[in-house]
Amino acid sequence: MTEHLPVLQVVVPLIAAPLCALLRPGRAVWLLAMVTCALCLLIAALLLDRVLAQGVISYAMGGWPAPWGIEYRVDAANAYMLLIVAAIGAVVMAFARTVVEQRIRLPASKQPWFYATYLLCLTGLLGMIVTGDAFNVFVFLEISSLSSYVLISIGRDRRALTAAYQYLIMGTIGATFILIGIGFLYVMTGTLNMADLAARLPAVADTRTVRAAFAFLTIGISLKLALFPLHLWLPNAYAYAPSAVTAFLAATATKVAIYVLLRFFFTIFGAQFSFGTMRLDAILLPLALAGIFSASVVAIFQTNVKRMLAYSSVAQIGYMILGISLVSVTGLTAAISHLFNHALMKGTLFMALGCVSFRIGAVSLDRMAGVGRIMPWTMGAFVIGGLSLIGVPMTAGFVSKWYLILGALERGWWPVALLVLFTSLLAVVYIWRVVETAYFQPAPEGRATTGEAPLALLVPTWTLALANLYFGLDTSLNAGVARRAAEALLGVGP
Amino acid sequence: MNSETILPLALFIPLLSAFFIALNDGRPDWREGATLLGSLLLLGVVFSLLPAVATGARPTVDLLEFAPGLPLRLSVEPLGMTFACVAALLWPLNSLYSIGYMRGNQEQHQTRFYICFAIAIASTIGIAFAGNLLTLFIFYEALTLSTYPLVTHKGTEEAKQAGRLYLGILVGTSIGFLLLAIVWTWVVAGTLEFAPGGILAGKIDGPLVNVLLALYMFGIGKAALMPFHRWLPAAMVAPTPVSALLHAVAVVKAGVFSVLKVIVYVFGIDFLKDTGASSWLMWVAALTVLLASFVALTKDNLKARLAYSTVSQLGYVVLGAALATSMGVIGGSMQIVMHAFGKITLFFCAGAIYTAAHKTEVSQLDGLGRAMPFTFGAFLIGALSIIGLPPLGGSWSKWYLLVGAADAEQWALMAVLLLSSLLNVAYLLPVPARGFFAAAPAGGATQIPIREAPLACVVPLCLTALGCLWLFFQADSLYALLAPITVR
Amino acid sequence: MQILGLYNYWIFIVLMMCGFYVVISRGNLVKKLVGLNIFQTSVFILYISMGKIAGGTAPILTGMATIYSNPVPHVLILTAIVVGIATTALGLALVVRIHEAYGTIEEDEIHAQSEDEAL
Repeated sequence: MTEHLPVLQVVVPLIAAPLCALLRPGRAVWLLAMVTCALCLLIAALLLDRVLAQGVISYAMGGWPAPWGIEYRVDAANAYMLLIVAAIGAVVMAFARTVVEQRIRLPASKQPWFYATYLLCLTGLLGMIVTGDAFNVFVFLEISSLSSYVLISIGRDRRALTAAYQYLIMGTIGATFILIGIGFLYVMTGTLNMADLAARLPAVADTRTVRAAFAFLTIGISLKLALFPLHLWLPNAYAYAPSAVTAFLAATATKVAIYVLLRFFFTIFGAQFSFGTMRLDAILLPLALAGIFSASVVAIFQTNVKRMLAYSSVAQIGYMILGISLVSVTGLTAAISHLFNHALMKGTLFMALGCVSFRIGAVSLDRMAGVGRIMPWTMGAFVIGGLSLIGVPMTAGFVSKWYLILGALERGWWPVALLVLFTSLLAVVYIWRVVETAYFQPAPEGRATTGEAPLALLVPTWTLALANLYFGLDTSLNAGVARRAAEALLGVGP
Repeated sequence: MNSETILPLALFIPLLSAFFIALNDGRPDWREGATLLGSLLLLGVVFSLLPAVATGARPTVDLLEFAPGLPLRLSVEPLGMTFACVAALLWPLNSLYSIGYMRGNQEQHQTRFYICFAIAIASTIGIAFAGNLLTLFIFYEALTLSTYPLVTHKGTEEAKQAGRLYLGILVGTSIGFLLLAIVWTWVVAGTLEFAPGGILAGKIDGPLVNVLLALYMFGIGKAALMPFHRWLPAAMVAPTPVSALLHAVAVVKAGVFSVLKVIVYVFGIDFLKDTGASSWLMWVAALTVLLASFVALTKDNLKARLAYSTVSQLGYVVLGAALATSMGVIGGSMQIVMHAFGKITLFFCAGAIYTAAHKTEVSQLDGLGRAMPFTFGAFLIGALSIIGLPPLGGSWSKWYLLVGAADAEQWALMAVLLLSSLLNVAYLLPVPARGFFAAAPAGGATQIPIREAPLACVVPLCLTALGCLWLFFQADSLYALLAPITVR
Repeated sequence: MQILGLYNYWIFIVLMMCGFYVVISRGNLVKKLVGLNIFQTSVFILYISMGKIAGGTAPILTGMATIYSNPVPHVLILTAIVVGIATTALGLALVVRIHEAYGTIEEDEIHAQSEDEAL
């Protein structure tokens, strides 16, 4: 059984999704989805454990050996990513039931479809991570993208529809660019297997076709991961999607895209080609810095808190790209570690906002006035997530910030380190605007005085909030494994 | 039990007491009992470490591994021991005082107050016993965050503004400068341990030493070195027990303590003396001492005056450290202790005056001393200690600082120290003088009845005043404890 | 005549740019989807044509043919075509919903309505 773990990781949610759709509406659907997510998490944990103990796991799909068949290949980097995505998927699924039953504008008969779509999205994300086949990445990418368009579009606000449409257009352009890039690679090498590609590419690296493939892939993936200035789809999509969906997508979708970026540039093209020949770092670094800075500033001026956090996500993606553009073990550790930490903090923040909107029906700053007094637990989680976002010690956010500054200083890039620190202070500003409003301002007229969010929402929120604190102190997973993943990607170390 | 097992207890006792305080939200007596019990337990634990440390032991415990070669480490050395003793001694007194003050003024959210207070104390202990820079930084930030709800306790617009300034300066400087300095140190030295004699000698040279020192000194915003001192007067909006323990003892002392730690154990005073990198710091500190004293003269609000006095007195510690002589460092360390007792007395008195008479301005105090003889008597003692007159504790720290300045042959700085003492007289003594000798406001009866604050307020302030006296006779043992820190 | 010999790639590029231009320039949501479709279709042609070998037949082992086309890109693109159909269907469904919600499918009119909402 255990040798089939890599494929089970994808197949379990894939089979559960239609089952969910077929079941009669009711509690059982959620239970099935929840069990599926929990199983995924278990499989991911087992995989990580095995990879750390035994090294790379290769699985030949259907018994066809690579490079003819599709290979699922799990090393430290993607085992770590699987764990992030599966963990967030499970926690948010626990959160989603109450939101779906009471807050989403879906009739009860349609609710099973939500879970089915959610599981499909999870399937796509997990598949992109686990596969060792370039074309397979595209297929799973589209599975996750299509389902995420659907998930976004069921937000209560009608602007969710336009946001989903906009995302669909930009996402499809991005995915098609990736498809073109993969096609060019196939033309030059005649293979789609990642390891095989990596072996054959150096011989043909100095051709225009390979360089064009590189360019198409860069743009396509950057669109999916919302790299500044290709981030325009993100703020609206996150702002108008249902809170559970935002929490899930914000914590996973862009992360997986970054993982794909790492996979293509480090494993397939190789760091030497990507950063030595093509000088990708020279493009990524300024874009990352511009993204961090501009998105943080824009976030300060938002009145819709969800939108504010969405812009903050763009800035945080900038941090990850910055870490990648340092092209060192430390920098890459920072980026990979931040994938994990950012998933924790944004998951916490968006779920806390979900609790707020569950009770008071809005997440704009003026409506959130005084919320801290009536919903102490919710806002407590928000504050923890916010502190983690700022990068205060003893939170997960500090770990990634530490490695990022360390990486910048190792390269001797003083201004970069200073800018990272300065933008952390911008995060203080936008987080504290919310905190001050929630705790110091009197509640607005006419808002119903409701109590704390139900336990079904608070428990998942606090699970992630406490994880923020835990991983701020015990860094063996989010920094230790991240470092191994970084070493694996750079091809140094064990 | 040996010291290694006791050490983590010092950190966990305040946290545990915070937990029990939270459990007893609806029961004020139990809640405050938990505070008092926790504080007394902490006192016992901290003092049980003292004999071992005095005889040269350096108990060390690693809690977690943050990064390879970079653990979260608790380690006790004389400087931290001294600071922890001060905090542990003053917490029970302050708890007693808080109970009188908070009940006397019927403050809101008392449970939150006591919880944050206990967490702040835990952070202070963490700073005192930090075994490396990372641990220090972590608890430093925890202290900032746990005191933020205390500063903004009243929840008013004014409190919000003050909280903004407080957080803005403390978090801004610590993330902007201190973190950068720490990572830089890690990159060049490969370690963040506090080692006698410093870890930076030979690893960095030229003008970069100055830059790094500046990052540290201004990064430790809690030391209130000008121009990053504004948060301290702003924080006075907090209830008086907070101002007393946190903004006269725990928070600001954590700042100057960190300064001393960095100078003694990271740079090393020999290294600083050889490179001369700290000479600019002396002048910044001296300027802070003088300017803050002048500002204090202009303040009529009692707490604001005391706040600026604190800024000035903190400058002494930084000055002592910047002299980079062993006498200067010892004088600075003693100043932490002596000033703590003196200033907490003054704040206790200010709070007692507010509780009993609802007076906040110096000019309103005329004749009040006759109604509150104990309070004003204690104020006089505290003020004299801060000025540095024998037989009070403050005289010793001033003495060693003067000796340190003389060792460094900084005659101008000696003049600054003396001038500042005169200024202390000018802004502190008018308070008891008005209280005892000025005529009560017109219309008042000639015979003023005794009307003190609640007993829970008056007893602690008398005790801390006596403490100032007691410290005068403890200088020898304090010197003996502190002397090894500058020895390589 | 190398340039003309690569005519399949020229068709791919021209189609791709046409589609892309329509996506960018049109304000009508349906027309945008049409553009997107052309854009995707161009990539299908790229894949299909690169597997084709002049004179090659279908890769069936009959023992008769010695030259046959590479089937892998063709298979791959079947998947991509399915994805494309799904995308178009979903996009059109969204447009229907947008029309229900806003009463228009012109981008600038929707934008104007959203602006009003934000105020």
